[in-house]
Amino acid sequence: MNLSYENSFEIQGGNFKKAGDISVQIKKVLQNLGVPRAILRRVAIAVYESEINIISYANKGIIHIQVSPETVSIEAEDEGPGIENIELAMRAGYSTATDKIREMGFGAGMGIPNIINCSDTFNITSEVNKGTHLTMIIQLTNNQEEKN
Amino acid sequence: MDLSSIAEKLNLRIVCGHQKLSVQVTGGYVGDLLSDVMANSREGYIWITRQTHQNIVAVASLKELAGIILVNGKDPEEDTLEKATAEGIPIFVTELSAFDIVGELYTIVS
Ligand SMILES: Nc1ncnc2c1ncn2[C@@H]1O[C@H](COP(=O)(O)OP(=O)(O)O)[C@@H](O)[C@H]1O
Ligand SMILES: [Mg+2]
Repeated sequence: MNLSYENSFEIQGGNFKKAGDISVQIKKVLQNLGVPRAILRRVAIAVYESEINIISYANKGIIHIQVSPETVSIEAEDEGPGIENIELAMRAGYSTATDKIREMGFGAGMGIPNIINCSDTFNITSEVNKGTHLTMIIQLTNNQEEKN
Repeated sequence: MDLSSIAEKLNLRIVCGHQKLSVQVTGGYVGDLLSDVMANSREGYIWITRQTHQNIVAVASLKELAGIILVNGKDPEEDTLEKATAEGIPIFVTELSAFDIVGELYTIVS
């Protein structure tokens, strides 16, 4: 199998009507590429939680996805308020989501923990009043025990 | 057990996804927090929730869930219905509460 794919998807902050659409689209593309199902499940969660966070907190953002025979790399980069305390944001249950966001079932404070759980490599950088940048890498090659 | 047998036994109202009713249900998950369902549901599960807005469709599609049961007699919103129809995600409505429908489901699915 010769896996190779690269694309970027723009996401508009605040647009909950489209929440998840990019993730569904990316999952279908990767499925058609022949990415193994166990990997697909992890990519879907990482992309979904990244997409929801951009919609929930940022003004706009881009999800960049790159597939090679060895890895799936996902970058989620946004322009927005940034995160003041990254350590706190990574903690399960921590959330600054508004009531409106919570009513829709988001804002459980599980997004970043879910992403970490699904990634082999995870990195987050953020600058207050500028934006947030997540890097997630999922290995296709090594026989890691299945996460999620 | 497949979706159509479950729908019949539990008197569920089928609102969309009629073409997918032969799908086998492998288990279930109850939750209204989307990240929780993303993390803990599995392919082939039936999802019981009180959320009726369109974001439930992406979750069901991403996790390849068998279908969604909406509780307390609440219908899906119009755009939920449109999206679920387009994605081929079966949605059912029960008049029962989550507690009562899960009680019945558990004995026939597990
Ligand atoms: N892209 C982002 N921009 C600004 N803040 C963010 C972003 N992503 C996450 N956060 C902050 O980190 C917190 C935790 O995020 P997450 O784990 O996804 O949980 P939730 O979104 O349910 O609150 C959020 O409540 C928010 O304060
Ligand atoms: Mg989140």
